[in-house]
Amino acid sequence: MNTENRKITKGLNIKARRVIAHIVLVLITLLCLFWFFILIINATRSHSEMTRGFSPFPSSFLLTNWKNLLAGTLPVWSGLINSLAISSFSALFSVYFSAMTAYAIHAYDFKLKKAMFTFILMIMMIPTQVTALGFLQLIGKLKLEDSFIPLIVPTIAAPITFFYMKQYLESTLPLSIVEAARIDGSGEFHTFNRIVLPMMKPALAVQAIFTFVSSWNNYFVPALVLHKDNKKTLPILIAQLRSADFLKFDMGQVYVMIAFSILPIIIVYLLLSRYIVQGIALGSVKG
Amino acid sequence: MTNKTRGKRGKVVSYNKWGYIFLIPFILTYIVFQLIPLISTIYNSFFENYRSGLMQIGPNFIGLENYKSLLSNPDIWVYTQNTLIMWVMGFIPQIIVSLLLASWFSDPQLRLKCAGFFKTIIYLPNLIMASAFAMLFFTLFADGGPINSILIQLGILNKPFKFMSNIWSVRGLIALMNFLMWFGNTTILLMAGMMGIDTALFEAASVDGATSTQIFYKITLPLLKPILLYVMITSLIGGLQMYDVPQVLTNGTGEPMRSSMTLIMYLNKHLYSKNYGMGGALSVILFFITGILSLLVFRFSNYKKS
Repeated sequence: MNTENRKITKGLNIKARRVIAHIVLVLITLLCLFWFFILIINATRSHSEMTRGFSPFPSSFLLTNWKNLLAGTLPVWSGLINSLAISSFSALFSVYFSAMTAYAIHAYDFKLKKAMFTFILMIMMIPTQVTALGFLQLIGKLKLEDSFIPLIVPTIAAPITFFYMKQYLESTLPLSIVEAARIDGSGEFHTFNRIVLPMMKPALAVQAIFTFVSSWNNYFVPALVLHKDNKKTLPILIAQLRSADFLKFDMGQVYVMIAFSILPIIIVYLLLSRYIVQGIALGSVKG
Repeated sequence: MTNKTRGKRGKVVSYNKWGYIFLIPFILTYIVFQLIPLISTIYNSFFENYRSGLMQIGPNFIGLENYKSLLSNPDIWVYTQNTLIMWVMGFIPQIIVSLLLASWFSDPQLRLKCAGFFKTIIYLPNLIMASAFAMLFFTLFADGGPINSILIQLGILNKPFKFMSNIWSVRGLIALMNFLMWFGNTTILLMAGMMGIDTALFEAASVDGATSTQIFYKITLPLLKPILLYVMITSLIGGLQMYDVPQVLTNGTGEPMRSSMTLIMYLNKHLYSKNYGMGGALSVILFFITGILSLLVFRFSNYKKS
């Protein structure tokens, strides 16, 4: 790392390393936040102000830009509602059924258990893009174009979410609890819904956030499935903004639109970051 | 296992059938939305099936012709090269910075201030909508955009630099975005790996007079090798799927001179023009490449457990 420090005495060495570490961390933080800083500043400035050059101070055109954006051709509100609906239902379906799948593998002993677990691990890395062609043909045949179903229902089979849930169950659910519930006469389905799911709340929350975010940001498949203007999600509208003639466009509106699609996620993230950052490592490393 | 201690065999069997019942939603969804599409993608790759103007050609069975024409056309090699170049340009700084940050975060001697805050910030870009991030970069780095304006105001440039018309600046911007979006994730993975290393090893080394640099290269790095490989292969799989950022940044053209056109952008072109034969062949090739890489990941994880 910092070879010059090798020669210095040990006490100084640690001090110097602390200083260097802090400086680098601050620089990296600035590198991460710089773009969003300009985004927020420019969202408050008018097109003509921006053509005159950059200034680091906010102006007073945020509301004007926002009103212009709403008055334009881009279906912003329906985009937001569509994105919210698809992402929420995806998160719901994904966590509930992944928990169910994980419970099946964790709590029962059956012949194909090992084979099934290995199989799910193996399909974990297959990208959705390589099956997109067949997926589109299937959707065409089922007449599900411009429908949200092909964007929501497939999240039931989410190997990564499953894997996280499985890890979580292994560390938190003693099978004696399941056994005790059986003695008390609880049916298997009832046990899962009423006893196991409440115990998994932290894992469900973390994975719901992750699924929500990835669905919110998803562009490739929705762009191929949704064609009608009133069905489009925010990422599709952003790409549409890009292909519109850029110079004629009001830059203020462009910045407001970008801010509108990423700020909700940033705010939710900052509120819940403690759980999220812990969650990442738990899910992936022991893979 | 607990079932067996209860004794009655009949009960054991009747409970365990629930394992299968609970698996039904997953299996059904997987078959309908992933397995059938995969099979029909492979099936399509053996047919000539495209539109030429208003004429629909095919579907006619042509065997491996699609693969032959795909692989003999220089396009796919150019796009593979682009994808790999941009992945490497993003991955090298990513792994270096992540290793550095992870070793700092997991070093109790450093007593970092606000470690939680820094971790939160470095992970933040990962959650940003990639298409919005690319659109943001497009506007920031436009000829009359704020970055050029700042560089001119600071006296670094005297006329705007055309970021979008230069091969290496476009590739550089895409790599920068990928770096920003993924280094936080990698840092957290590596940190978890470093926390797993027995601290006695570090103590023993520093008692023997090893410097922190020596400890890093001689102890941390070799022990991290499995996780580094895991990070590298998963990142490569992700890199091959690179799409949103270059697609939105270059408006799907991969300009200048298709130097930032990736494999998935190429696939997307075939899907839009409904050239199902070639699209299918390209999908199958990508499927096999990612399949082999996933198997590698799978093997590493097995070794780690044993």
